[in-house]
Amino acid sequence: MTDLLSTPGLSSTDEHAPLQLIDPQGHRVITEENATLRAQVSDLTLDDLRTFYKDMMLARRFDAEATALQRQGELALYAPLLGQEAAQIGSGHALRPTDMVFPSYREHGVAHTRGMDLAKILQLFRGVDHGGWDSFEKNFHLYTLVIGSHALHATGYAMGLQRDAKVGRAAGDEAVMVYLGDGATSQGDVSEALGFAAVNNAPIVFFVQNNQWAISVPNSKQFKGELYTRGEGFGVPGIRVDGNDVLASFAAARWALDHARSGEGPVLIEALTYRMGAHTTSDDPTKYRTREEEQHWRDRDPIARVKALLESENAWNDTDETALAAELEGFGEYIRGYVKSLGRPESTSIFDHVYATDNALVREDREWFAQYEASFMDTSGGAR
Amino acid sequence: MPTYERFPMPDAGEGLTEAEIVEWKIKVGDTVTVNQVILEVETAKSLVELPSPFAGVVTELIGAEGDLIDVGTIIMVVDTDPHGAAAPEINDDSASVPAPDAVGAENLTTQDTPLDESTAEELDASERAGNDGSAQAAELLAQPTQPATTAPATAQGGAALEDALSSKIEEPEESGSVLVGYGISHGSTKRRPRRTGAADSLTVNKPAGNEAVRTKPPVRKLARDLGIELNSVDPTGPGGLITREDVLAASAATSARALTTYEGDDSPWLASGTVTHDGRQTRVPVKSVRRRTAEAMVSSAFTAPHVTVFHTVDVTKTMRLVKALREDREFSDVRVTPLLIAAKALLLAVSRHPEINASWDDENQEIVYKHYVNLGIAAATPRGLIVPNIKNAHRLGLKGLAQGISDLTATARSGKTPAADMMDGTITITNVGVFGIDTGTPILNPGESAILAFGAIREQPWVHKGKIKKRWVTQLALSFDHRLVDGELGARTLADVAAVLEEPSRGLVWG
Repeated sequence: MTDLLSTPGLSSTDEHAPLQLIDPQGHRVITEENATLRAQVSDLTLDDLRTFYKDMMLARRFDAEATALQRQGELALYAPLLGQEAAQIGSGHALRPTDMVFPSYREHGVAHTRGMDLAKILQLFRGVDHGGWDSFEKNFHLYTLVIGSHALHATGYAMGLQRDAKVGRAAGDEAVMVYLGDGATSQGDVSEALGFAAVNNAPIVFFVQNNQWAISVPNSKQFKGELYTRGEGFGVPGIRVDGNDVLASFAAARWALDHARSGEGPVLIEALTYRMGAHTTSDDPTKYRTREEEQHWRDRDPIARVKALLESENAWNDTDETALAAELEGFGEYIRGYVKSLGRPESTSIFDHVYATDNALVREDREWFAQYEASFMDTSGGAR
Repeated sequence: MPTYERFPMPDAGEGLTEAEIVEWKIKVGDTVTVNQVILEVETAKSLVELPSPFAGVVTELIGAEGDLIDVGTIIMVVDTDPHGAAAPEINDDSASVPAPDAVGAENLTTQDTPLDESTAEELDASERAGNDGSAQAAELLAQPTQPATTAPATAQGGAALEDALSSKIEEPEESGSVLVGYGISHGSTKRRPRRTGAADSLTVNKPAGNEAVRTKPPVRKLARDLGIELNSVDPTGPGGLITREDVLAASAATSARALTTYEGDDSPWLASGTVTHDGRQTRVPVKSVRRRTAEAMVSSAFTAPHVTVFHTVDVTKTMRLVKALREDREFSDVRVTPLLIAAKALLLAVSRHPEINASWDDENQEIVYKHYVNLGIAAATPRGLIVPNIKNAHRLGLKGLAQGISDLTATARSGKTPAADMMDGTITITNVGVFGIDTGTPILNPGESAILAFGAIREQPWVHKGKIKKRWVTQLALSFDHRLVDGELGARTLADVAAVLEEPSRGLVWG
């Protein structure tokens, strides 16, 4: 197994080429180097692959609907995942329900694989809730908007698992997966997290979606070496996979999670992908990158290659596609309806989750604030 | 029933206050679907496409390409139930009245002002438009304060006034939520009004009996949104409490009614207006031509220092010329009027004093002298005053000019003047004489430096060749922008116009 770590894909002339299981044309890739990854997907059925495809399509539909809602003034902001569906759906399906996920703010696809109601995510982007869900309900932590800080939270949580003796036993082990972008790796917090994770041998996987742009800053302005080797100096081994390949993303994550759960320590996965859309709805990528570059990556669309593979293996036809389209249409309407039905939160809801239990100081603050709010003639108050 | 949904300009970035319309992808009458791209806007941050939130037929698009639109302003109205039973264009149900608070807002559709959130949005829009501080100050003062029997109560009233005033003055402090570097338009700050003697600490208690009017906060808001004075509402709730129903009943009683219009009425009087419940006033939303006229007049009157000079002149020879031309075969198919000769006289005067055919470019601190004359003719139309112009009038002969004037006035009266016809005018004539008026002090068409008012021509006793004779006499007035036109230039120009009208043959000399 350690072979995988030391040879990140010597299959081509480029020694840093990412490991792949499906090429952009939808053909399965079989090489000596990806044998370990192939072993990870050997038990997957065509039905599983169909599920991956449908989930990726659903994530993309969610993206389109949320982007439109922002443009219609229904959301304050939205961070699209367009182009990163394979990395998210693949790695998300590799998790066990008992594993804990620390997402950044673009992990809508991962959220879906955890069984989250995606509509709830939009409460955050509409600005009516500070989170929108209970982190422990689906073992999916709240979105972290501060870049990279959750790498430390995740590492701390993983160290907690060690202290609860939930690592390295025969069964019932747990692991943590933290989702980062390439931009986050430039943050000091991420370096600290890698250091802590390595010396403590914490059961954590750093899943870095390298979408090549930190808002408007390209990879070349962020690091000189290869990103997947970033952890090596700290003692965290790395793998690079094609993040637009859902099977490779799944396989690498599954392998790394097993590695962590069994007490072998942390792993960093670089999933090489591309942010096909804007950083957020407040961003205009045409100002800093070329049409040619965007087209290059559109030709490597993560969804197109799964569909091509399914079709070539007679596991998908037009009838399936029509049925899926109808289902997604209903899903889009559900998202739209949910967002429009969201009311204003109680002003005092900001005090609700400051402490897990009742706290005298917070109670006093809440009471003062309620009286202060009541002192306005305009009682509509609350979030405006 | 057609159901109208309105789409306000969204904030497509974070904390942006306005966006420029780059391109409409649809037009009125088009059927749109949810999420269909309807227009492209450019914000301070990016160029974005906006998708329609509704499915239906577009009934109104507000804002032209190039317009800068405030976030929150309605830009599109969609009929989401176009196949429903027909309804009158203006509903006369109780909900058809814009709340008085919202009169200053971009209140472009009077059809549906629902009694809910969107009214609040309109209110927001009006506050953004700058009515905020003063309106609220008035409201605060109107609100019953403590009984004025004790000194502290008076002091609190004073404090309320101060608070109200400072809510206007201290705006910048409250404008936190805008993206750094993008700024906000002036007056966009909202500040929620505080109750009189509002509690700033836990220790202040407000005695319940001091409220002259007893009701619940949501009902107060409803009343304010509807423009209903709570003092005037009969309470029916327990203990003299005003209920929601009481406010709605009061609103229905005081609601304005839309005017009845008749089919075939080509210029219905005040058609878009609503009549107050006592029938003594009609309120008409300011829009289209009236709005543009108002804006143009205000900007002109308050940027260009106007000077007007007058000249009374014997135009008997002009009248003879008009008579002669009317009989001339060459002019048989065009309308010859004294205005035509006045227009020609003005063109001749401009050719002798080209400096008057200019405009002030404040931005670049330059004076722009025009080597062409686009002659504006102010025209009264059923929709209001517009000033289309005859392009390159300096190149036209008398007949071409006559043709130009009659085409332009005919198009204007039919209401079909294209926007291009009203752009880039260089000098204007307003023919106040057709209304029997002697003269006036016209306001400059923005971007121009002179405007000639042509008064009524009357037969009057006049000293002619040493004797009192009956002659045709008129008055001319020329207003000019004193920033770039000195009194001498203005006076000489007007004197030349008068000279040609007095002796049209002079045109041969100067032409």
